[in-house]
Amino acid sequence: MVDLAAYLVFFLVIALFYALICLGLNLQWGFTGLFNVGVAGFVAVGAYGSALLTGTRAAGQPAGLGLPVSLGWLGAMVLAGLAATIVGTVTLRLRQDYLAISTFGVAVTLQLVAQNAERLTGGPFGLHGIPRPLHELVRDPRLYNLLYLALVAAVVVVAYIGLERLVRSPWGRVLRAIREDEAAAIALGKSAAAFRLQAFVLGSMVMGLAGAVYVHFIGFVAPEDFLPTLTFQAWTMLVIGGSGNNRGALVGAVGVWALWSASGALLTAVLPQEMQARGAALQVVLIGVALAGVLLARPRGLLGEEAVVSRHARLTLSESRNP
Amino acid sequence: MWLQQVTNGVILGATIGLGAIGLTLTYSILRFANFTHGEFIAWGAYFALGLLALAAPWAPDAGPGHFGPLTVGWPFVAAAPLAVALTAGLALGLDRVLFRPLARRGAGLTLAIASFGASLALRNALVFLYGPQPDYFTREIPIARAVLPGVRVTADQVFLLAVTLVLVAALHLVLTRTGLGRAMRATSENPALAEVAGIDPSRVARWTWIIGAGLAAVGGLLVGLTVQIRPLMGAELLLPLFAAAILGGIGSVPGALLGGLIVGLAEALAVPLVGAEYRAAVAFLILLVVLLVRPRGLLGPRGDAG
Repeated sequence: MVDLAAYLVFFLVIALFYALICLGLNLQWGFTGLFNVGVAGFVAVGAYGSALLTGTRAAGQPAGLGLPVSLGWLGAMVLAGLAATIVGTVTLRLRQDYLAISTFGVAVTLQLVAQNAERLTGGPFGLHGIPRPLHELVRDPRLYNLLYLALVAAVVVVAYIGLERLVRSPWGRVLRAIREDEAAAIALGKSAAAFRLQAFVLGSMVMGLAGAVYVHFIGFVAPEDFLPTLTFQAWTMLVIGGSGNNRGALVGAVGVWALWSASGALLTAVLPQEMQARGAALQVVLIGVALAGVLLARPRGLLGEEAVVSRHARLTLSESRNP
Repeated sequence: MWLQQVTNGVILGATIGLGAIGLTLTYSILRFANFTHGEFIAWGAYFALGLLALAAPWAPDAGPGHFGPLTVGWPFVAAAPLAVALTAGLALGLDRVLFRPLARRGAGLTLAIASFGASLALRNALVFLYGPQPDYFTREIPIARAVLPGVRVTADQVFLLAVTLVLVAALHLVLTRTGLGRAMRATSENPALAEVAGIDPSRVARWTWIIGAGLAAVGGLLVGLTVQIRPLMGAELLLPLFAAAILGGIGSVPGALLGGLIVGLAEALAVPLVGAEYRAAVAFLILLVVLLVRPRGLLGPRGDAG
């Protein structure tokens, strides 16, 4: 029973890590229509960034500044935002499918750098000894995980509320206007390029934060954590949950992660010994089929996009219903 | 020394070019960035591997036997067309089940998302079925002979170049001399007008998939022959393929081959400079430069703003 509780805590922390990524991707794709296929790259920037900012040579890392974890997390967001600014300035003017290919290339290149720049990133072995926040407060590992879960949940709540308010604000409305009819938005005097870049950078900052949250929980980071599979998981979670809807992003993340874990457990139980290592590959196949199924049968996902996001319009609607 | 790198680059470029031709055809005629194209390369090689394994009781013990200096013989030559046909069938099946229903709904981006997901599924299906270890068509060691001072190539590599040239020439003839070729080019330029003129879009789509996936499969067979066969072999070529197709100009077959050669040469020549690990980054750099400086590519259509 205790093991189940411990597993549940672990499961939820990872699910919330994915939820953060999906919130960021939702801002980029769901609200602004930016086809970012390089999600894994920005998560990696945040993850490695935070690890390098907070790690120390004493703990076994090849390089590190030894800063407190909170600065590490902030630094992760700043670094991811910086990377997104560079990438976005160069590629956001491209049409959608070229943006997809470019962001895909960015993620591949970043993963290559992580794998080969040994003096900085530890190469294929990655970095370990990443400090855990508030470790001095709680010694018991199970209780600590619970504390970490509370910490991550708080982060997700803050991110969710912040993004929801942003989306329902005038800034958010311009985003959707640009997505629906860019020419009209420009005719009204809105700089489409500036708004798109802001959404791209903000979304990437949230993804960077997710990376930091992940590595400080696990304690080490390696290039294999940031393969295209991660991008694919985020996209599947968002599509299934419902893109254009922040609650959909959360539901999709937790739901698909549950599916992923359940299928993993099922495969471990069912597959013979020699095939166990390949089970992870079959999981990807199953989730890929699930994504295809959702795209075909219910493209808006579980919780579709809301037609009206403005607080003011909603009030008017409910007023009209209750005269 | 650098002459050898140039030769390596040309050989790499030929395989990238073959894949890029298929990619540029599907991109311009079917109008979406198909991320699964890399997987057609891998599945082509693996289909052949599976067929050869099936034929093992009848094929000679020493592997697939071999024609002269080549490391492969009649079993490989017999398996190759079958593998190409199976890969074309895979592409058609994917189109029937996934791409065509999504295309009916309209959004080209959804197709790209779906193709990205399908590519991961296909890739991992190979890992699941065959395991992550590299494999080979034959255990024969190819002998590299010097053809120029400082340049050594194997007979398999010469075979690769010859096959590529023959296929590209044949495709050029098909595109310029046959009704199907004209229909494909017309659809690539203006699908609505082509349909009005009586061209059947589903027939064009069907043959685009067959030709595109078929060329990719041949590429996979050739890479498997001259290098090795791995589940990720297609995925690793995806970025160079896109770079080559866009560099050459979407819709241009000679452009795709030219783009492939340039990307291959750039990668091979960059190896002494930045090390072999960063090869894929070279393709990405080329891609970025093209998209920023001349999005319609070298031989792309004139009116396209990219």
